[in-house]
Amino acid sequence: MTGLSYARLAVAFLSGMIFGFGLSLSGMVDPARVLGFLNLASGHWDPSLMFVLGGAVLIAVPGVMLQRRMKKPALDTRFHLPEKSAVDTRLIVGSAIFGIGWGSAGFCPGPAVSALSIGLPSVPLFVVAMAAGMILHDRLLTRKRL
Amino acid sequence: MTPYLPSLFGGMLLGASAVLLLVVNGRIAGISGIVGRLLGGYQVPANIAFVVGLMAGPLLYAATYDRYPAVTIAAPWYLVLASGLLVGIGTRMGSGCTSGHGILGLARFSKRSFAATATFLAAGIITATTMGILR
Repeated sequence: MTGLSYARLAVAFLSGMIFGFGLSLSGMVDPARVLGFLNLASGHWDPSLMFVLGGAVLIAVPGVMLQRRMKKPALDTRFHLPEKSAVDTRLIVGSAIFGIGWGSAGFCPGPAVSALSIGLPSVPLFVVAMAAGMILHDRLLTRKRL
Repeated sequence: MTPYLPSLFGGMLLGASAVLLLVVNGRIAGISGIVGRLLGGYQVPANIAFVVGLMAGPLLYAATYDRYPAVTIAAPWYLVLASGLLVGIGTRMGSGCTSGHGILGLARFSKRSFAATATFLAAGIITATTMGILR
């Protein structure tokens, strides 16, 4: 590996760690807090998730504006961005399936992977099931395109 | 407002993390994409580095504040299992989750991400509210 690819690994690690710290600070690593937002009938609705998403987008918008002025990222030859632009059935059906899973236990991929280091048995159970679902989808429900 | 400040600041860190990965490595910080590519054998070293960092985050939090972040899972094991399967299938089929679509997609004003975020938020709210009432 070159020095450049080591630097990219360090940045990926740092980005992941800031993300995991942000999830912890915001409370979103806790499925109970997430369900406190998603469950409107709990009697004590918790709007935290809106603040988290709002704060994240507040920083990400100027970041994207900066990115659009750059010819290439600092440590790579080109940006690797999604190319599809059409809203299609797979997008909507997939997002609905994800939402049902998210709403039933309160976990989405980021918090679940992040919480693996906390040491609760339900967390690896969720992550293994999620990985199985991903592999199942990529092997059976799609023509390979990652 | 004050009780929501940690949520706002934590959210800003999520945004900062995504911007860092975007402008330096040129990659989208979408966790389902990162985990999915890792499982598929794509860009393994960088995706492992991100995932290890993601797991280190709560430990850094614990070292900073002298307590672990709360993680409370009320769902029984079979529901956790089913939920994980649905999240895995759904995020791959829908090309993203709360991070890729919900943070970067919205910030990029992507029509697909707006549609995806509205859909999973609505499905999540309907599911959690229904299960909350039935419980």
